[in-house]
Amino acid sequence: MSPAANVLTRAALPGDASSPARQADAAAAPAGQALLQVDGLTLEYATHDRVVCATHRVGFAVHRAERFVLLGASGCGKSSLLKAVAGFLKPREGEIRLDGEAVREPGPDRIVVFQEFDQLPPWKTVLGNVMFPLLASKRADRSDARERALDALHKVGLADFADAYPHTLSGGMKQRVAIARALAMQPKVLLMDEPFAALDALTRRRMQEELLSLWDEVRFTLLFVTHSIEEALVVGDRILVLSPRPGRVRAELNAHDFGLHSLGSPAFQAQARRIHGLLFDDDKQGISA
Amino acid sequence: MTLASAPLRPEFERELEPLVDAVPERPLPLAQRLWQQASLRKAVILLALALLWEAAARFADNELLLPTFTQTAKAFVEGIASGELIDKARISMALLLQGYLLGIACAFALTALAVSTQIGRDLLSTLTSMFNPLPAIALLPLALLWFGLGQASLIFVLVHSVLWPLALATYAGFQAVPETLRMAGRNYGLRGLRYVLQILVPSALPAILSGLRIGWAFAWRTLIAAELFFGASSGRGGLGWYIFQNRNELYTDKVFAGLASVILIGLVVESLGFDTLERVTIRRWGVQR
Repeated sequence: MSPAANVLTRAALPGDASSPARQADAAAAPAGQALLQVDGLTLEYATHDRVVCATHRVGFAVHRAERFVLLGASGCGKSSLLKAVAGFLKPREGEIRLDGEAVREPGPDRIVVFQEFDQLPPWKTVLGNVMFPLLASKRADRSDARERALDALHKVGLADFADAYPHTLSGGMKQRVAIARALAMQPKVLLMDEPFAALDALTRRRMQEELLSLWDEVRFTLLFVTHSIEEALVVGDRILVLSPRPGRVRAELNAHDFGLHSLGSPAFQAQARRIHGLLFDDDKQGISA
Repeated sequence: MTLASAPLRPEFERELEPLVDAVPERPLPLAQRLWQQASLRKAVILLALALLWEAAARFADNELLLPTFTQTAKAFVEGIASGELIDKARISMALLLQGYLLGIACAFALTALAVSTQIGRDLLSTLTSMFNPLPAIALLPLALLWFGLGQASLIFVLVHSVLWPLALATYAGFQAVPETLRMAGRNYGLRGLRYVLQILVPSALPAILSGLRIGWAFAWRTLIAAELFFGASSGRGGLGWYIFQNRNELYTDKVFAGLASVILIGLVVESLGFDTLERVTIRRWGVQR
């Protein structure tokens, strides 16, 4: 597919058709339409002597085949939001609904790609790792799982490494395996928690490119957490900007016009500066308040 | 004179030809390759020890106190040939395996309970701190009182000697499983016993294997000591009884042959059993060097 066609198809998403309406108020988006609906989510975590509020009444809606990015400085609760959607964190108040059903616990319909490389069990080969969730969740029998796993590995370009063990792979390859594992499961929503943050800059650029071309091919729904404005603009087509400590919704912006091809273009720079302003002005207000 | 500045040099670009005279691999010298064989290095150590023993025994020149290596080897070969040593070793091994396997089962049940419930954790830590320091052999008189003179008493003390160190090691291994891996497992929808067996056990295998080694050594010691203690009354004694009997009759070479059997069995189990197990699991997975 040519880059021009990419832009066209991305612009013609069903999720984007309603974007002007949702820009006005994310929480007011029609619930029936969104795949993932998060309403008034307050998250807390306990340290040994206090309870810290990670997010305060955050709401957003993710539509099918959307690439939704949670962006914020460290400590804004964006990873906590993702963990709550994954079911690892019980919300203090608010609700998360996936396809109309409330999220209560972790499950194979929301596969997470973590930042850490040790998310791949070291005792399984690359192929075994991709097959593992399919077999563990009893989604497929052994031969079916094998077929789907090989197909997913082929998509991320690791078919030749099917029999290798994770410790022999580079960081970028490990993340590719994690992405292949998620793709093979065909989850309702793919959750990525800063998946490329531990990679070097060149590999990161390459992985962003691959993720976008995979999305062009498969059209999965993506919820992506990052602290990089540039990555948010490149990877996402919709960006939720969170204020720090506790995380609150500062803005929801569109980014479907931007990709790796538009890096450095005036429009890209302008949007990046706007987000920069949103993130850091907030900080000043927080200090003066 | 102004500040020094580097000269402006011309830029250049180069077309890279494919490498034809690729650097050939160079094999290591034969001596170096041989020395890399762990078995060969260990054989050299054993040989040196045997020579030292032979020299010391010839110098002492008292076969009642210290028979030479050759005398011991002769007694050992005779014991094997007459079937006496093999028979004794078989009795000891059968008993040992029963106690060992039962101990492993108990340790697994206890640690599985400890990872799933708070009260199980408290139970494990209380019981191990109470019973781990208690020498198994000190329980033997009590065991004889409860279970009578026979196999049951021996198995009781064997289980005691295996259970606590193995439970401690396994629990420590479970505690050290990375959080990301735990979340990945729950993300696949694993829970309960399947979660323990498919995530915790393989991930904690380095610790479990070291616990199994320690348990094995403790069990051996306990068994030989227990047989020395009351082997006579059980009718059919094992290796410990063989050693005890021959000491009474001043067959010192046979005492040494009995001890050598204990050592040899230990070496074989280490190298064929545990080392092989390690090689095909944790070394292959790259979680241990």
